[in-house]
Amino acid sequence: MKKYTYTEKKDTRSGFGAGLLEVGRKNDKVVALCADLVGSLKMADFIKEFPDRFIQVGIAEANMIGIAAGLTIGGKIPFTGTFANFSTGRVYDQIRQSVAYSNKNVKICASHAGLTLGEDGATHQILEDIGLMKMLPGMTVINPCDYNQTKAATIAIADYEGPVYLRFGRPVMPIFTPADQKFEIGKAWMVNEGADVSIFATGHLVWEAILAGEKLAEEGIDAEIINIHTIKPLDEEAVLKSAKKTGCVVSCEEHNRYGGLGESIAQLLSTNMPTPMEFVAVNDTFGESGTPAELMKKYGLDSSNIVEAVKKVMKRK
Amino acid sequence: MTLEISDLKRMASQVRRDIVRMVYECQSGHPGGSLGCTDYMVALYFKIMKHDPSFNMDGVGEDIFFLSNGHISPVFYSVLARSGYFDKSELKTFRKLNSRLQGHPTTHEHLPGIRIASGSLGQGMSVAIGAALAKKMNKDHSLVFSLHGDGELQEGQNWEAAMFAPFNKVDNLISTVDVNGQQIDGPTDKVLGLLDLHAKFSAFGWDVMHADGNDMEGIVAALEEAKTRTGKGKPVMILMKTEMGKGVDFMEGSHKWHGVAPNEQQLAEALSQLEESYGDY
Repeated sequence: MKKYTYTEKKDTRSGFGAGLLEVGRKNDKVVALCADLVGSLKMADFIKEFPDRFIQVGIAEANMIGIAAGLTIGGKIPFTGTFANFSTGRVYDQIRQSVAYSNKNVKICASHAGLTLGEDGATHQILEDIGLMKMLPGMTVINPCDYNQTKAATIAIADYEGPVYLRFGRPVMPIFTPADQKFEIGKAWMVNEGADVSIFATGHLVWEAILAGEKLAEEGIDAEIINIHTIKPLDEEAVLKSAKKTGCVVSCEEHNRYGGLGESIAQLLSTNMPTPMEFVAVNDTFGESGTPAELMKKYGLDSSNIVEAVKKVMKRK
Repeated sequence: MTLEISDLKRMASQVRRDIVRMVYECQSGHPGGSLGCTDYMVALYFKIMKHDPSFNMDGVGEDIFFLSNGHISPVFYSVLARSGYFDKSELKTFRKLNSRLQGHPTTHEHLPGIRIASGSLGQGMSVAIGAALAKKMNKDHSLVFSLHGDGELQEGQNWEAAMFAPFNKVDNLISTVDVNGQQIDGPTDKVLGLLDLHAKFSAFGWDVMHADGNDMEGIVAALEEAKTRTGKGKPVMILMKTEMGKGVDFMEGSHKWHGVAPNEQQLAEALSQLEESYGDY
Protein backbone atom coordinates (compact mmCIF):
# COMPACT_ATOMS: atom_id res chain seq x y z
CA MET A 1 0.00 0.00 0.00
CA LYS A 2 1.36 3.35 -1.08
CA LYS A 3 1.93 5.56 1.94
CA TYR A 4 -0.20 8.69 2.18
CA THR A 5 0.69 11.28 4.78
CA TYR A 6 -0.53 14.75 5.44
CA THR A 7 0.76 17.73 7.33
CA GLU A 8 -2.38 19.80 7.17
CA LYS A 9 -6.16 19.44 7.23
CA LYS A 10 -8.46 21.88 5.49
CA ASP A 11 -12.01 21.96 4.25
CA THR A 12 -12.69 21.35 0.58
CA ARG A 13 -14.85 24.51 0.44
CA SER A 14 -11.72 26.52 1.20
CA GLY A 15 -10.14 24.83 -1.82
CA PHE A 16 -13.08 26.16 -3.82
CA GLY A 17 -12.57 29.67 -2.44
CA ALA A 18 -8.86 29.60 -3.29
CA GLY A 19 -9.56 28.21 -6.75
CA LEU A 20 -12.22 30.84 -7.41
CA LEU A 21 -9.80 33.63 -6.55
CA GLU A 22 -7.13 32.17 -8.82
CA VAL A 23 -9.49 31.62 -11.72
CA GLY A 24 -10.86 35.13 -11.20
CA ARG A 25 -7.34 36.49 -11.71
CA LYS A 26 -6.79 34.34 -14.80
CA ASN A 27 -10.09 34.96 -16.55
CA ASP A 28 -12.02 38.22 -16.37
CA LYS A 29 -15.17 36.52 -17.68
CA VAL A 30 -15.56 34.66 -14.38
CA VAL A 31 -18.39 36.05 -12.25
CA ALA A 32 -19.42 34.73 -8.82
CA LEU A 33 -22.94 34.66 -7.39
CA CYS A 34 -24.00 33.76 -3.87
CA ALA A 35 -27.30 33.31 -2.04
CA ASP A 36 -26.42 34.74 1.37
CA LEU A 37 -23.68 32.24 2.23
CA VAL A 38 -20.50 34.11 1.34
CA GLY A 39 -18.66 33.02 4.47
CA SER A 40 -19.64 29.37 4.19
CA LEU A 41 -18.62 29.25 0.52
CA LYS A 42 -15.28 31.02 1.23
CA MET A 43 -15.92 33.66 -1.40
CA ALA A 44 -14.59 36.63 0.60
CA ASP A 45 -11.22 36.85 -1.14
CA PHE A 46 -12.80 36.84 -4.60
CA ILE A 47 -15.30 39.51 -3.55
CA LYS A 48 -12.56 41.70 -2.07
CA GLU A 49 -10.48 41.57 -5.24
CA PHE A 50 -13.32 41.60 -7.78
CA PRO A 51 -16.29 43.42 -6.20
CA ASP A 52 -17.71 44.27 -9.63
CA ARG A 53 -17.76 40.62 -10.64
CA PHE A 54 -19.69 39.43 -7.61
CA ILE A 55 -23.49 39.30 -7.39
CA GLN A 56 -25.20 38.86 -4.03
CA VAL A 57 -28.70 37.54 -4.78
CA GLY A 58 -29.96 37.10 -1.25
CA ILE A 59 -31.88 34.02 -0.15
CA ALA A 60 -33.32 33.39 -3.60
CA GLU A 61 -31.63 30.41 -5.20
CA ALA A 62 -34.05 30.04 -8.12
CA ASN A 63 -33.35 33.62 -9.13
CA MET A 64 -29.63 32.97 -8.75
CA ILE A 65 -29.70 30.08 -11.21
CA GLY A 66 -31.73 32.12 -13.71
CA ILE A 67 -29.43 35.13 -13.43
CA ALA A 68 -26.43 32.84 -13.92
CA ALA A 69 -27.99 31.42 -17.08
CA GLY A 70 -28.62 34.95 -18.33
CA LEU A 71 -25.06 36.05 -17.59
CA THR A 72 -23.71 33.44 -19.99
CA ILE A 73 -25.59 35.33 -22.73
CA GLY A 74 -22.97 38.03 -22.99
CA GLY A 75 -20.07 35.66 -22.48
CA LYS A 76 -19.72 35.50 -18.70
CA ILE A 77 -18.72 32.34 -16.84
CA PRO A 78 -20.89 32.37 -13.72
CA PHE A 79 -20.01 30.35 -10.60
CA THR A 80 -23.01 30.05 -8.28
CA GLY A 81 -22.41 29.25 -4.63
CA THR A 82 -24.68 27.91 -1.94
CA PHE A 83 -25.18 24.69 0.05
CA ALA A 84 -25.60 21.53 -2.03
CA ASN A 85 -29.22 21.14 -0.97
CA PHE A 86 -30.13 24.63 -2.16
CA SER A 87 -27.92 24.23 -5.25
CA THR A 88 -29.83 21.22 -6.56
CA GLY A 89 -33.07 20.00 -5.03
CA ARG A 90 -34.45 23.45 -4.37
CA VAL A 91 -33.78 24.65 -7.93
CA TYR A 92 -33.99 21.49 -9.98
CA ASP A 93 -36.36 22.81 -12.62
CA GLN A 94 -34.43 26.07 -12.98
CA ILE A 95 -31.26 24.06 -13.60
CA ARG A 96 -33.07 21.65 -15.89
CA GLN A 97 -34.64 24.26 -18.18
CA SER A 98 -32.49 27.40 -17.95
CA VAL A 99 -29.08 25.70 -17.60
CA ALA A 100 -28.96 22.08 -18.75
CA TYR A 101 -31.55 22.04 -21.54
CA SER A 102 -30.40 25.49 -22.63
CA ASN A 103 -26.77 24.27 -22.47
CA LYS A 104 -25.52 27.31 -20.56
CA ASN A 105 -21.98 27.59 -19.30
CA VAL A 106 -22.94 27.78 -15.62
CA LYS A 107 -20.79 26.32 -12.83
CA ILE A 108 -23.03 25.23 -9.95
CA CYS A 109 -20.72 25.10 -6.94
CA ALA A 110 -22.17 23.34 -3.93
CA SER A 111 -20.79 23.22 -0.43
CA HIS A 112 -21.89 21.33 2.70
CA ALA A 113 -22.85 18.25 0.69
CA GLY A 114 -23.71 15.04 2.47
CA LEU A 115 -23.77 13.98 6.12
CA THR A 116 -20.56 15.80 7.07
CA LEU A 117 -22.44 19.07 7.17
CA GLY A 118 -23.14 17.73 10.65
CA GLU A 119 -25.20 19.39 13.34
CA ASP A 120 -27.68 21.24 11.10
CA GLY A 121 -29.31 17.89 10.37
CA ALA A 122 -31.19 16.30 7.52
CA THR A 123 -32.88 19.45 6.17
CA HIS A 124 -29.44 20.57 5.02
CA GLN A 125 -27.68 17.21 4.46
CA ILE A 126 -28.54 16.40 0.89
CA LEU A 127 -27.69 12.82 -0.10
CA GLU A 128 -29.48 12.87 -3.45
CA ASP A 129 -27.67 15.67 -5.28
CA ILE A 130 -25.29 13.54 -7.36
CA GLY A 131 -28.23 11.56 -8.68
CA LEU A 132 -30.29 14.66 -9.44
CA MET A 133 -27.43 16.27 -11.33
CA LYS A 134 -26.10 13.24 -13.18
CA MET A 135 -29.55 12.53 -14.64
CA LEU A 136 -29.50 15.85 -16.51
CA PRO A 137 -28.24 15.38 -20.08
CA GLY A 138 -25.02 17.31 -20.68
CA MET A 139 -24.30 17.99 -17.00
CA THR A 140 -20.77 17.27 -15.76
CA VAL A 141 -20.66 16.12 -12.12
CA ILE A 142 -17.48 16.50 -10.04
CA ASN A 143 -16.86 15.59 -6.38
CA PRO A 144 -13.19 16.18 -5.46
CA CYS A 145 -11.56 14.60 -2.41
CA ASP A 146 -9.47 17.24 -0.64
CA TYR A 147 -8.52 20.91 -0.54
CA ASN A 148 -5.93 20.73 -3.30
CA GLN A 149 -8.10 18.73 -5.63
CA THR A 150 -11.10 21.01 -5.08
CA LYS A 151 -8.96 24.04 -5.86
CA ALA A 152 -7.64 22.38 -9.02
CA ALA A 153 -11.13 21.33 -10.09
CA THR A 154 -12.47 24.86 -9.58
CA ILE A 155 -9.78 26.19 -11.89
CA ALA A 156 -10.31 23.42 -14.46
CA ILE A 157 -14.07 23.89 -14.84
CA ALA A 158 -13.66 27.53 -15.89
CA ASP A 159 -11.82 26.34 -19.00
CA TYR A 160 -14.48 23.75 -19.80
CA GLU A 161 -17.44 24.94 -21.89
CA GLY A 162 -20.74 23.61 -20.53
CA PRO A 163 -22.75 23.19 -17.34
CA VAL A 164 -20.93 21.68 -14.35
CA TYR A 165 -21.99 20.60 -10.87
CA LEU A 166 -19.06 20.87 -8.45
CA ARG A 167 -19.72 19.25 -5.07
CA PHE A 168 -17.64 19.80 -1.95
CA GLY A 169 -18.04 19.85 1.80
CA ARG A 170 -17.80 21.51 5.15
CA PRO A 171 -15.39 19.61 7.46
CA VAL A 172 -11.61 19.77 7.52
CA MET A 173 -10.05 16.76 5.83
CA PRO A 174 -6.41 15.65 5.34
CA ILE A 175 -4.72 17.22 2.32
CA PHE A 176 -3.07 14.31 0.55
CA THR A 177 -3.13 15.17 -3.15
CA PRO A 178 -0.39 17.37 -4.68
CA ALA A 179 -0.77 21.15 -4.63
CA ASP A 180 0.47 21.41 -8.20
CA GLN A 181 -1.86 18.77 -9.67
CA LYS A 182 -3.50 19.31 -13.03
CA PHE A 183 -7.16 18.40 -12.78
CA GLU A 184 -8.45 16.44 -15.75
CA ILE A 185 -12.25 16.31 -15.94
CA GLY A 186 -13.40 12.73 -16.49
CA LYS A 187 -10.04 11.14 -15.71
CA ALA A 188 -9.90 8.82 -12.71
CA TRP A 189 -7.00 9.29 -10.31
CA MET A 190 -5.04 6.20 -9.24
CA VAL A 191 -4.50 6.27 -5.49
CA ASN A 192 -3.02 2.80 -5.07
CA GLU A 193 -2.46 -0.02 -7.52
CA GLY A 194 -3.56 -3.39 -6.19
CA ALA A 195 -4.64 -6.83 -7.31
CA ASP A 196 -7.35 -8.19 -5.00
CA VAL A 197 -10.22 -5.70 -5.06
CA SER A 198 -11.09 -2.39 -6.74
CA ILE A 199 -12.23 0.37 -4.41
CA PHE A 200 -13.79 3.28 -6.29
CA ALA A 201 -14.28 6.26 -3.99
CA THR A 202 -15.39 9.84 -4.43
CA GLY A 203 -15.22 12.98 -2.30
CA HIS A 204 -14.51 12.63 1.43
CA LEU A 205 -14.67 8.85 1.10
CA VAL A 206 -11.35 8.74 -0.76
CA TRP A 207 -9.49 9.35 2.50
CA GLU A 208 -11.56 6.68 4.24
CA ALA A 209 -10.66 4.31 1.40
CA ILE A 210 -6.97 5.01 2.00
CA LEU A 211 -7.39 4.23 5.70
CA ALA A 212 -9.24 1.04 4.73
CA GLY A 213 -6.47 0.13 2.28
CA GLU A 214 -3.89 0.37 5.06
CA LYS A 215 -5.92 -1.91 7.33
CA LEU A 216 -6.47 -4.38 4.49
CA ALA A 217 -2.75 -4.41 3.68
CA GLU A 218 -2.03 -5.43 7.27
CA GLU A 219 -4.29 -8.42 6.65
CA GLY A 220 -2.57 -9.26 3.37
CA ILE A 221 -5.27 -7.87 1.07
CA ASP A 222 -3.90 -5.81 -1.82
CA ALA A 223 -6.56 -3.20 -2.63
CA GLU A 224 -6.59 -1.06 -5.72
CA ILE A 225 -7.97 2.37 -4.79
CA ILE A 226 -9.19 4.76 -7.44
CA ASN A 227 -10.44 8.28 -6.85
CA ILE A 228 -13.42 8.94 -9.11
CA HIS A 229 -13.58 12.71 -8.78
CA THR A 230 -15.68 12.99 -11.94
CA ILE A 231 -18.87 10.99 -11.62
CA LYS A 232 -20.13 12.13 -15.00
CA PRO A 233 -18.66 11.57 -17.49
CA LEU A 234 -17.39 8.43 -15.76
CA ASP A 235 -13.90 7.22 -16.66
CA GLU A 236 -15.28 3.94 -18.00
CA GLU A 237 -11.93 2.72 -19.24
CA ALA A 238 -10.32 3.05 -15.80
CA VAL A 239 -13.24 1.32 -14.07
CA LEU A 240 -13.39 -1.60 -16.50
CA LYS A 241 -9.62 -2.05 -16.53
CA SER A 242 -9.41 -2.21 -12.75
CA ALA A 243 -12.49 -4.44 -12.34
CA LYS A 244 -11.10 -6.84 -14.93
CA LYS A 245 -7.81 -7.02 -13.04
CA THR A 246 -9.23 -7.56 -9.53
CA GLY A 247 -12.56 -9.25 -10.27
CA CYS A 248 -14.54 -7.49 -7.54
CA VAL A 249 -15.58 -3.94 -6.76
CA VAL A 250 -16.55 -1.68 -3.84
CA SER A 251 -17.94 1.82 -4.39
CA CYS A 252 -17.73 4.46 -1.65
CA GLU A 253 -19.61 7.74 -1.47
CA GLU A 254 -21.24 10.17 0.93
CA HIS A 255 -24.58 9.88 -0.89
CA ASN A 256 -27.66 7.73 -1.09
CA ARG A 257 -26.88 4.33 -2.59
CA TYR A 258 -29.55 5.15 -5.16
CA GLY A 259 -28.46 7.60 -7.83
CA GLY A 260 -24.82 7.96 -6.89
CA LEU A 261 -21.41 6.83 -8.07
CA GLY A 262 -22.05 3.18 -7.18
CA GLU A 263 -25.11 3.07 -9.39
CA SER A 264 -23.16 4.47 -12.35
CA ILE A 265 -20.41 1.91 -11.86
CA ALA A 266 -22.92 -0.94 -11.46
CA GLN A 267 -24.62 0.02 -14.71
CA LEU A 268 -21.30 0.13 -16.53
CA LEU A 269 -20.19 -3.22 -15.17
CA SER A 270 -23.50 -5.01 -15.67
CA THR A 271 -23.61 -4.03 -19.33
CA ASN A 272 -19.95 -4.76 -20.05
CA MET A 273 -18.47 -7.13 -17.51
CA PRO A 274 -20.73 -8.33 -14.69
CA THR A 275 -18.63 -8.17 -11.54
CA PRO A 276 -19.44 -8.76 -7.86
CA MET A 277 -19.96 -5.38 -6.19
CA GLU A 278 -20.69 -3.88 -2.78
CA PHE A 279 -21.86 -0.34 -2.03
CA VAL A 280 -20.59 1.82 0.83
CA ALA A 281 -23.22 4.53 0.80
CA VAL A 282 -26.19 5.81 2.78
CA ASN A 283 -28.91 3.20 2.70
CA ASP A 284 -31.91 5.16 1.40
CA THR A 285 -32.47 7.22 4.49
CA PHE A 286 -32.23 10.83 5.66
CA GLY A 287 -29.42 11.93 7.97
CA GLU A 288 -29.68 13.63 11.36
CA SER A 289 -27.82 16.01 13.66
CA GLY A 290 -24.43 14.96 15.00
CA THR A 291 -20.73 15.50 14.47
CA PRO A 292 -19.39 14.51 11.05
CA ALA A 293 -17.43 11.58 12.52
CA GLU A 294 -20.43 10.32 14.50
CA LEU A 295 -22.62 10.48 11.41
CA MET A 296 -20.11 8.75 9.15
CA LYS A 297 -19.90 5.93 11.68
CA LYS A 298 -23.66 5.64 12.30
CA TYR A 299 -24.55 5.65 8.60
CA GLY A 300 -21.84 3.19 7.64
CA LEU A 301 -19.43 5.41 5.73
CA ASP A 302 -16.11 5.07 7.55
CA SER A 303 -13.05 2.98 6.79
CA SER A 304 -14.24 0.00 8.83
CA ASN A 305 -17.35 -0.22 6.63
CA ILE A 306 -15.12 -0.25 3.55
CA VAL A 307 -12.97 -3.04 5.03
CA GLU A 308 -16.10 -5.04 5.76
CA ALA A 309 -17.46 -4.50 2.23
CA VAL A 310 -14.15 -5.59 0.71
CA LYS A 311 -14.13 -8.82 2.67
CA LYS A 312 -17.70 -9.53 1.70
CA VAL A 313 -17.22 -8.87 -2.00
CA MET A 314 -13.98 -10.87 -2.21
CA LYS A 315 -15.88 -13.95 -1.05
CA ARG A 316 -18.23 -13.50 -4.03
CA LYS A 317 -15.46 -13.62 -6.66
CA MET B 1 -36.31 45.85 -41.03
CA THR B 2 -38.19 48.78 -39.51
CA LEU B 3 -41.83 49.35 -40.41
CA GLU B 4 -44.14 52.33 -40.09
CA ILE B 5 -47.37 52.00 -38.09
CA SER B 6 -49.59 51.10 -41.06
CA ASP B 7 -47.19 48.37 -42.12
CA LEU B 8 -46.82 47.14 -38.54
CA LYS B 9 -50.57 46.61 -38.51
CA ARG B 10 -50.39 44.72 -41.79
CA MET B 11 -47.52 42.62 -40.45
CA ALA B 12 -49.54 41.84 -37.31
CA SER B 13 -52.32 40.51 -39.51
CA GLN B 14 -49.87 38.25 -41.32
CA VAL B 15 -48.38 37.01 -38.06
CA ARG B 16 -51.87 36.20 -36.79
CA ARG B 17 -52.48 34.18 -39.95
CA ASP B 18 -49.23 32.32 -39.30
CA ILE B 19 -50.31 31.58 -35.73
CA VAL B 20 -53.68 30.06 -36.55
CA ARG B 21 -52.26 28.11 -39.51
CA MET B 22 -49.36 26.71 -37.46
CA VAL B 23 -51.63 25.65 -34.63
CA TYR B 24 -54.16 24.20 -37.04
CA GLU B 25 -51.55 22.14 -38.92
CA CYS B 26 -50.25 20.32 -35.86
CA GLN B 27 -53.60 20.46 -34.04
CA SER B 28 -51.88 21.67 -30.89
CA GLY B 29 -50.29 24.78 -29.42
CA HIS B 30 -51.48 27.99 -27.83
CA PRO B 31 -53.29 30.43 -30.13
CA GLY B 32 -54.97 32.60 -27.47
CA GLY B 33 -51.98 34.27 -25.85
CA SER B 34 -50.09 34.31 -29.14
CA LEU B 35 -52.82 36.33 -30.84
CA GLY B 36 -53.10 38.66 -27.85
CA CYS B 37 -49.36 39.45 -27.84
CA THR B 38 -48.97 39.77 -31.62
CA ASP B 39 -49.06 43.57 -31.73
CA TYR B 40 -46.43 43.83 -28.99
CA MET B 41 -44.14 41.27 -30.65
CA VAL B 42 -44.47 42.92 -34.07
CA ALA B 43 -43.77 46.35 -32.58
CA LEU B 44 -40.73 44.99 -30.76
CA TYR B 45 -39.13 43.16 -33.69
CA PHE B 46 -40.12 45.52 -36.54
CA LYS B 47 -39.83 48.89 -34.81
CA ILE B 48 -38.40 49.05 -31.32
CA MET B 49 -35.44 46.69 -30.99
CA LYS B 50 -32.07 47.16 -32.61
CA HIS B 51 -31.30 43.56 -33.53
CA ASP B 52 -29.46 41.45 -36.07
CA PRO B 53 -31.21 38.44 -37.66
CA SER B 54 -27.86 36.88 -38.56
CA PHE B 55 -28.03 35.95 -34.85
CA ASN B 56 -25.24 35.80 -32.37
CA MET B 57 -26.07 34.12 -29.05
CA ASP B 58 -24.28 36.73 -26.91
CA GLY B 59 -26.10 39.60 -28.64
CA VAL B 60 -23.38 42.12 -27.79
CA GLY B 61 -24.36 45.56 -29.07
CA GLU B 62 -27.93 44.39 -29.79
CA ASP B 63 -31.19 44.71 -27.95
CA ILE B 64 -32.25 41.21 -26.92
CA PHE B 65 -35.59 39.68 -25.99
CA PHE B 66 -36.63 36.85 -23.68
CA LEU B 67 -40.01 35.15 -23.83
CA SER B 68 -40.78 33.84 -20.36
CA ASN B 69 -44.30 32.56 -21.15
CA GLY B 70 -42.88 30.14 -23.69
CA HIS B 71 -46.21 28.58 -24.62
CA ILE B 72 -46.92 31.52 -26.92
CA SER B 73 -44.16 30.17 -29.15
CA PRO B 74 -46.25 30.52 -32.36
CA VAL B 75 -46.09 34.32 -32.26
CA PHE B 76 -42.38 34.22 -31.35
CA TYR B 77 -41.52 31.87 -34.24
CA SER B 78 -43.59 33.81 -36.74
CA VAL B 79 -42.02 37.14 -35.81
CA LEU B 80 -38.51 35.65 -35.88
CA ALA B 81 -39.09 34.11 -39.31
CA ARG B 82 -40.64 37.26 -40.72
CA SER B 83 -37.68 39.28 -39.32
CA GLY B 84 -35.28 37.06 -41.26
CA TYR B 85 -33.87 34.79 -38.52
CA PHE B 86 -34.89 31.73 -40.55
CA ASP B 87 -37.01 30.98 -43.60
CA LYS B 88 -40.74 31.33 -43.09
CA SER B 89 -41.29 27.96 -44.77
CA GLU B 90 -39.91 26.36 -41.59
CA LEU B 91 -43.02 27.53 -39.72
CA LYS B 92 -44.86 24.54 -41.15
CA THR B 93 -42.69 22.22 -39.04
CA PHE B 94 -44.03 23.67 -35.76
CA ARG B 95 -44.46 20.96 -33.10
CA LYS B 96 -43.61 18.19 -35.55
CA LEU B 97 -40.95 15.51 -35.17
CA ASN B 98 -37.37 16.62 -35.93
CA SER B 99 -38.33 20.30 -35.98
CA ARG B 100 -36.32 23.22 -34.64
CA LEU B 101 -39.67 24.77 -33.74
CA GLN B 102 -40.36 22.83 -30.57
CA GLY B 103 -43.64 23.17 -28.71
CA HIS B 104 -41.91 25.58 -26.38
CA PRO B 105 -38.87 27.64 -27.44
CA THR B 106 -35.48 26.07 -26.92
CA THR B 107 -31.82 26.61 -27.78
CA HIS B 108 -31.38 22.84 -27.94
CA GLU B 109 -32.20 22.64 -31.65
CA HIS B 110 -30.21 25.82 -32.38
CA LEU B 111 -33.08 27.83 -33.82
CA PRO B 112 -31.71 31.33 -34.56
CA GLY B 113 -33.27 33.99 -32.37
CA ILE B 114 -33.82 31.84 -29.28
CA ARG B 115 -31.43 32.46 -26.40
CA ILE B 116 -32.97 30.37 -23.60
CA ALA B 117 -35.48 27.57 -23.21
CA SER B 118 -38.79 28.60 -21.68
CA GLY B 119 -42.06 26.83 -21.04
CA SER B 120 -41.75 25.87 -17.42
CA LEU B 121 -43.06 29.19 -16.18
CA GLY B 122 -41.55 31.90 -14.06
CA GLN B 123 -37.90 31.69 -15.08
CA GLY B 124 -37.56 34.35 -17.76
CA MET B 125 -37.29 37.45 -15.60
CA SER B 126 -34.25 36.06 -13.78
CA VAL B 127 -32.60 35.17 -17.09
CA ALA B 128 -33.33 38.62 -18.52
CA ILE B 129 -31.79 40.21 -15.41
CA GLY B 130 -28.67 38.08 -15.85
CA ALA B 131 -28.35 39.12 -19.48
CA ALA B 132 -28.89 42.75 -18.49
CA LEU B 133 -26.15 42.49 -15.86
CA ALA B 134 -23.81 40.97 -18.45
CA LYS B 135 -24.50 43.96 -20.72
CA LYS B 136 -23.63 46.34 -17.91
CA MET B 137 -20.40 44.45 -17.18
CA ASN B 138 -19.56 44.54 -20.89
CA LYS B 139 -20.29 48.30 -21.08
CA ASP B 140 -22.87 47.41 -23.72
CA HIS B 141 -25.54 50.09 -23.72
CA SER B 142 -28.19 48.14 -25.61
CA LEU B 143 -31.33 46.92 -23.84
CA VAL B 144 -32.96 43.71 -22.64
CA PHE B 145 -36.70 43.15 -23.14
CA SER B 146 -38.78 40.39 -21.60
CA LEU B 147 -42.39 39.25 -21.79
CA HIS B 148 -44.32 37.44 -19.07
CA GLY B 149 -47.85 36.15 -18.70
CA ASP B 150 -50.05 37.51 -15.93
CA GLY B 151 -50.98 34.03 -14.73
CA GLU B 152 -47.26 33.27 -14.78
CA LEU B 153 -46.76 35.80 -12.00
CA GLN B 154 -48.21 33.20 -9.64
CA GLU B 155 -44.78 31.51 -9.84
CA GLY B 156 -42.68 32.66 -6.88
CA GLN B 157 -39.41 33.03 -8.77
CA ASN B 158 -40.84 36.13 -10.47
CA TRP B 159 -40.97 37.89 -7.12
CA GLU B 160 -37.40 36.93 -6.28
CA ALA B 161 -36.43 38.53 -9.58
CA ALA B 162 -38.76 41.49 -9.08
CA MET B 163 -37.09 42.17 -5.73
CA PHE B 164 -33.57 41.82 -7.12
CA ALA B 165 -33.75 44.07 -10.20
CA PRO B 166 -34.65 47.42 -8.60
CA PHE B 167 -32.38 46.87 -5.59
CA ASN B 168 -29.49 46.27 -7.97
CA LYS B 169 -30.49 49.13 -10.33
CA VAL B 170 -30.94 46.89 -13.35
CA ASP B 171 -32.13 49.85 -15.41
CA ASN B 172 -31.39 48.45 -18.87
CA LEU B 173 -34.33 46.07 -18.63
CA ILE B 174 -37.86 46.62 -19.97
CA SER B 175 -40.16 43.82 -18.82
CA THR B 176 -43.74 43.54 -19.96
CA VAL B 177 -46.57 41.56 -18.41
CA ASP B 178 -49.33 40.43 -20.76
CA VAL B 179 -52.36 41.27 -18.64
CA ASN B 180 -55.06 39.30 -20.42
CA GLY B 181 -56.71 38.14 -17.22
CA GLN B 182 -56.90 34.52 -18.36
CA GLN B 183 -55.15 31.29 -17.51
CA ILE B 184 -55.81 27.62 -18.22
CA ASP B 185 -58.36 27.03 -15.49
CA GLY B 186 -60.24 30.28 -16.04
CA PRO B 187 -59.97 34.01 -15.36
CA THR B 188 -57.01 34.92 -13.14
CA ASP B 189 -59.47 36.63 -10.80
CA LYS B 190 -61.07 33.26 -10.16
CA VAL B 191 -57.96 31.05 -10.09
CA LEU B 192 -55.59 33.17 -8.00
CA GLY B 193 -56.18 36.90 -8.22
CA LEU B 194 -53.21 39.12 -9.00
CA LEU B 195 -54.86 42.13 -7.38
CA ASP B 196 -53.05 45.45 -7.88
CA LEU B 197 -50.02 44.69 -10.06
CA HIS B 198 -49.15 48.38 -10.35
CA ALA B 199 -48.93 48.71 -6.60
CA LYS B 200 -47.00 45.47 -6.29
CA PHE B 201 -44.31 46.30 -8.84
CA SER B 202 -44.10 49.92 -7.66
CA ALA B 203 -43.60 48.73 -4.11
CA PHE B 204 -40.80 46.46 -5.33
CA GLY B 205 -39.15 49.53 -6.89
CA TRP B 206 -39.98 49.26 -10.59
CA ASP B 207 -40.86 52.18 -12.86
CA VAL B 208 -44.34 50.99 -13.82
CA MET B 209 -46.17 51.95 -17.02
CA HIS B 210 -49.44 50.89 -18.63
CA ALA B 211 -50.19 50.16 -22.25
CA ASP B 212 -52.94 48.87 -24.49
CA GLY B 213 -51.23 45.90 -26.09
CA ASN B 214 -53.74 45.59 -28.92
CA ASP B 215 -53.44 49.16 -30.15
CA MET B 216 -50.39 49.39 -32.42
CA GLU B 217 -49.94 53.14 -31.98
CA GLY B 218 -50.35 52.70 -28.24
CA ILE B 219 -47.89 49.86 -27.77
CA VAL B 220 -45.26 51.48 -30.00
CA ALA B 221 -45.59 54.72 -28.05
CA ALA B 222 -45.39 52.86 -24.75
CA LEU B 223 -42.25 50.97 -25.77
CA GLU B 224 -40.65 54.19 -27.06
CA GLU B 225 -41.52 55.86 -23.76
CA ALA B 226 -40.13 52.89 -21.84
CA LYS B 227 -36.82 53.25 -23.65
CA THR B 228 -36.54 56.87 -22.48
CA ARG B 229 -37.04 55.67 -18.91
CA THR B 230 -34.07 53.27 -18.99
CA GLY B 231 -30.73 54.26 -17.49
CA LYS B 232 -32.39 56.04 -14.59
CA GLY B 233 -31.74 53.55 -11.81
CA LYS B 234 -34.91 51.48 -12.12
CA PRO B 235 -36.05 48.58 -14.27
CA VAL B 236 -39.12 49.42 -16.33
CA MET B 237 -42.31 47.37 -16.12
CA ILE B 238 -45.09 47.71 -18.70
CA LEU B 239 -48.42 46.31 -17.57
CA MET B 240 -49.89 45.61 -20.99
CA LYS B 241 -53.60 44.98 -21.29
CA THR B 242 -54.43 42.57 -24.10
CA GLU B 243 -57.31 40.44 -25.18
CA MET B 244 -56.58 36.74 -25.46
CA GLY B 245 -57.33 35.58 -29.01
CA LYS B 246 -57.30 39.14 -30.40
CA GLY B 247 -58.01 39.37 -34.13
CA VAL B 248 -60.18 36.26 -34.42
CA ASP B 249 -63.62 37.18 -33.11
CA PHE B 250 -64.68 33.77 -31.84
CA MET B 251 -61.41 33.34 -29.92
CA GLU B 252 -61.40 36.75 -28.26
CA GLY B 253 -61.58 37.20 -24.53
CA SER B 254 -61.89 33.61 -23.42
CA HIS B 255 -59.45 31.26 -21.70
CA LYS B 256 -61.01 28.44 -23.74
CA TRP B 257 -58.60 29.21 -26.60
CA HIS B 258 -55.52 29.17 -24.38
CA GLY B 259 -54.32 25.84 -25.70
CA VAL B 260 -56.83 24.59 -28.26
CA ALA B 261 -56.39 24.31 -32.03
CA PRO B 262 -59.12 25.33 -34.49
CA ASN B 263 -60.79 22.78 -36.74
CA GLU B 264 -60.94 23.21 -40.52
CA GLN B 265 -64.06 25.33 -40.51
CA GLN B 266 -62.78 27.49 -37.67
CA LEU B 267 -59.47 27.94 -39.50
CA ALA B 268 -61.29 29.20 -42.60
CA GLU B 269 -63.38 31.54 -40.50
CA ALA B 270 -60.30 32.85 -38.71
CA LEU B 271 -58.32 33.40 -41.91
CA SER B 272 -61.26 35.25 -43.47
CA GLN B 273 -60.83 37.84 -40.72
CA LEU B 274 -57.08 38.30 -41.27
CA GLU B 275 -55.53 39.94 -44.33
CA GLU B 276 -52.75 37.99 -46.06
CA SER B 277 -50.56 41.07 -46.19
CA TYR B 278 -47.05 39.69 -46.56
CA GLY B 279 -47.74 36.26 -48.09
CA ASP B 280 -48.47 33.03 -46.22
CA TYR B 281 -45.59 30.65 -45.55
